Amino acid sequence: MNPVINDFSIHIATVNGSGSQTANSVLLRAIFQMGIPVTGKNLFPSNIAGLPTWFTIRVSKDGYIARRRENDILVVMNPETAVEDIAAMGPGSMILVNDSIKLADLPTDRFVYRVPMTKLMEPITTDVKLRRLVVNMIYVGVLAERLGIDEAEVQAALTAQLGRKPKALALNLAAVHSGMAYAREHFDQDDHYRVARMNATAGKILIDGNTAAALGALFAGVTVVSWYPITPSSSLIEALIGFLEQHRRDPVTGKATFGVVQAEDEIAAIGMVLGAGWAGARAMTATSGPGISLMGEFAGYGYYAEIPGVIFDIQRVGPSTGLPTRTAQADLDFVANISHGDTQFPVLLPGSVGECYEFAGAAFDLAERLQTPVFVLSDLDLGMNNYMSEPFDYPEKALDRGKVLDDEALAKLPKFERYRDVDGDGIPYRTLPGTKDWKGAYFTRGSGHDEAARYTESPEAYVRVLDRLKRKYDGARELVPQPILLESPGAEIGLIAFGSSDGAVLEARDQLKAQGIATSYLRVRALPFHEGVAAFVRKHPRVYVVEQNRDGQLTDKIRLEVPERAAEVKSVLHYLGLPLDARSVTDGVLAHEKHLLAQGVTR
Amino acid sequence: MTAPITPPASPVNRIGLTRADYDGAKTTLCPGCGHNAITGGIIQAAYEAGLEPHQVAKLSGIGCSSKTPAYFLGHSHGFNSVHGRMPSIATGVHVANKNLLLIGVSGDGDTASIGIGQFIHLVRRNVPVVYIIENNGVYGLTKGQFSATADIGSTQKSGKANSLMPIDLCALAIELGCGFVARSFSGDQKQLRPLLKAAFAHRGTAVIDVISPCVTFADHEGSTKSYAAVKQSDNPLHEIDFVPYFENLNVDYAPGTTREVLMPDGSHIYLKKLAADYDATNAGVAFDALRAARHEQKVLTGLLYIDPRTRSFDEELVLADTPLSGLSQDQVRPPKQVLDDIMHAYREGSVAAAAGGG
Repeated sequence: MNPVINDFSIHIATVNGSGSQTANSVLLRAIFQMGIPVTGKNLFPSNIAGLPTWFTIRVSKDGYIARRRENDILVVMNPETAVEDIAAMGPGSMILVNDSIKLADLPTDRFVYRVPMTKLMEPITTDVKLRRLVVNMIYVGVLAERLGIDEAEVQAALTAQLGRKPKALALNLAAVHSGMAYAREHFDQDDHYRVARMNATAGKILIDGNTAAALGALFAGVTVVSWYPITPSSSLIEALIGFLEQHRRDPVTGKATFGVVQAEDEIAAIGMVLGAGWAGARAMTATSGPGISLMGEFAGYGYYAEIPGVIFDIQRVGPSTGLPTRTAQADLDFVANISHGDTQFPVLLPGSVGECYEFAGAAFDLAERLQTPVFVLSDLDLGMNNYMSEPFDYPEKALDRGKVLDDEALAKLPKFERYRDVDGDGIPYRTLPGTKDWKGAYFTRGSGHDEAARYTESPEAYVRVLDRLKRKYDGARELVPQPILLESPGAEIGLIAFGSSDGAVLEARDQLKAQGIATSYLRVRALPFHEGVAAFVRKHPRVYVVEQNRDGQLTDKIRLEVPERAAEVKSVLHYLGLPLDARSVTDGVLAHEKHLLAQGVTR
Repeated sequence: MTAPITPPASPVNRIGLTRADYDGAKTTLCPGCGHNAITGGIIQAAYEAGLEPHQVAKLSGIGCSSKTPAYFLGHSHGFNSVHGRMPSIATGVHVANKNLLLIGVSGDGDTASIGIGQFIHLVRRNVPVVYIIENNGVYGLTKGQFSATADIGSTQKSGKANSLMPIDLCALAIELGCGFVARSFSGDQKQLRPLLKAAFAHRGTAVIDVISPCVTFADHEGSTKSYAAVKQSDNPLHEIDFVPYFENLNVDYAPGTTREVLMPDGSHIYLKKLAADYDATNAGVAFDALRAARHEQKVLTGLLYIDPRTRSFDEELVLADTPLSGLSQDQVRPPKQVLDDIMHAYREGSVAAAAGGG
């Protein structure tokens, strides 16, 4: 049979809390170390232990990173989902079963490997609890043997993770070897899937978006972090705490150049960010759906009183509690204008782990430059799953602390007015509490105020301030990350997407191309839109906006940006809570195209 | 610094400022409002204590009381935030710049209802804020609804009586471990001023609940927080003297008449015994006294509880000596080698796998 080399997905079905994470991570890394592009996605329940969880490793010689709908290899470790998991596997697939799970006869056109995992663990340790955790390494061994994963790479991956715990390392290695030996002795089927060394991962890192964003914040010089734990944003802050403790606390004196506060709720979390931002610190919080809803009032305060702050929204499925451990892009509309009254916020839309890192830094600069809360909209798929990336660049640019007048600057001025548009860019100057010069003192309020920060209900002053805020926001079009354009000459179809949809869209473009359909692709990376967005829409007769929500939130914004083309801008939507896959994008585009063909439009 | 323009005859404090240098904008509250008297007390106390205006930040929530930071210390930065959320703003300001003296003004609606969660957590963290509650038992700005500190049986102007238990914010603060808890009356400046000055010297949350009659919605017969009612029920625990560290006074009290509290900065609080002795350093005594006073429908005023040695939030966080807001780029951006090492770890996989769980 023809082998399929470096192009398949492994789906591992386990029980949450059963210790499979190390095993899955070792598999992922061993393949990565063989130079083969991989991605790892965790599909987990809102539960600490006991419910089903799946980990999927996509091996792709072409470097595709999106979820695939179908899996090629299944590892069955959870009796509860075994029947359903197996039913989803097609002919020719490989199914590896812990033989303590009793199953009816399986179809003969699947390659089924029943492994006596419990029995294999018996000689390895007498500790029952350890047996239960380490048993996962048996499937690592079996898979390594069947797929041709280099034993040395498995060992290296394990050593990297457990090297500091020699006993645990030895135990896990013994289980891997036991699985390999069993597979060698008992299985010789002519199955399909193999790995073969490549050179596509040299120098690359494997990292999740939340850790990347935490690194971005670390190197952006964040000093105040307040947060309230919520999935899927907690791991961002926890990673950040780890980095801050290691790199920003004096090992001798124990003194820290940061303060992290676990707040009583998300209202307090953003309140602390605004308090700290007002006082001159680089401050941030991270949250998700329910938390972002709570932040509305304070966000509007930050907009109107013009206070910097960075808010990461790692989106999950709503509305309400929704599906807390599933992914979505459905907060875009809400976050863009989050508070009552007329409010608008810059929103950064990272589409890769590299951009999670880069935009975290950019967000602090923008927040201080524009004196406003800035949102970074990531999601569970990007935030909590592992992706390959080039190593992150050290920021060469100095921190942009924005228009802050210190005593020296104040001394040269006859007077200071907090909300006066001195430079004509809509951005006023601010001072920080603690500034000695009395000219610098001002009173910050969320109620009506004039240029000198005095309370007023004057209709004229209100309109002046609101219009200036609008000018300031419009100016942000040139300051936020610009869209990325991938053009195919002559393409009539323009695809638009943002955030974690990128991988699936890139793959879908290849699928469409294989069917003779050329597409250009614009990835939007921020609100407000750069003028290139409108230009892209005008250039393409048919525009499909790919996004992970029900209502076409980005679609609507694009239609508003180019109203004369609104009818030609259509959505391709995906809102299952699962990461977007390329086939869904391709099918969505084809469905629109077929509809048009039926109406007589030529391609 | 801009030289204060004042008539030469005005007396100055230890840093050369006049009382007028601590004024703010003209009040827009009702004439006779208790809050205006508290504003006056803050101005006088700040003047006497010789506070540097630029080292003070004034914070508030929403309500009549929360408007008042505009009316004192006009040369300090001010932050009138959103309803009930001044504590989180204060926490952020403190962590960013621990050198600032924070004066927070709130009301009974702002603190005991919408903001009680944030109030509790501010106290629990011991964020250094002089937290003044201007307590009149009603929502003034929305025209006289009961607040959560209204006494049982106290009536609105319409005659409607409150039947729900009041929340005693002082008892709550003591329960939460607050190191400085006082109650006072806006009509008793002699007591309020030394309490404010002592609170300025406290490193940690200092809660001062000031009964402050609302002349428009709660000064009628039947209101337990009218001027007349509070004058009747006011039951001072002691006479209070505050001697700041920079004043070298020889205080001479007869033995057994006075309790003395030494503050960490070297200031002294003297609590002169009135009818009965009261130990302000014993939380149990404070609870019993508050309970008894409620039973007798008395308002116990004075320094209810003090522990000058609590650990403030900046100490808890072990913050660097320089305020975080004043750190330079090279103090907050680790060198390139750090990033290179981290990148190496993510290349080799020598880091723990990303967290899962829900």
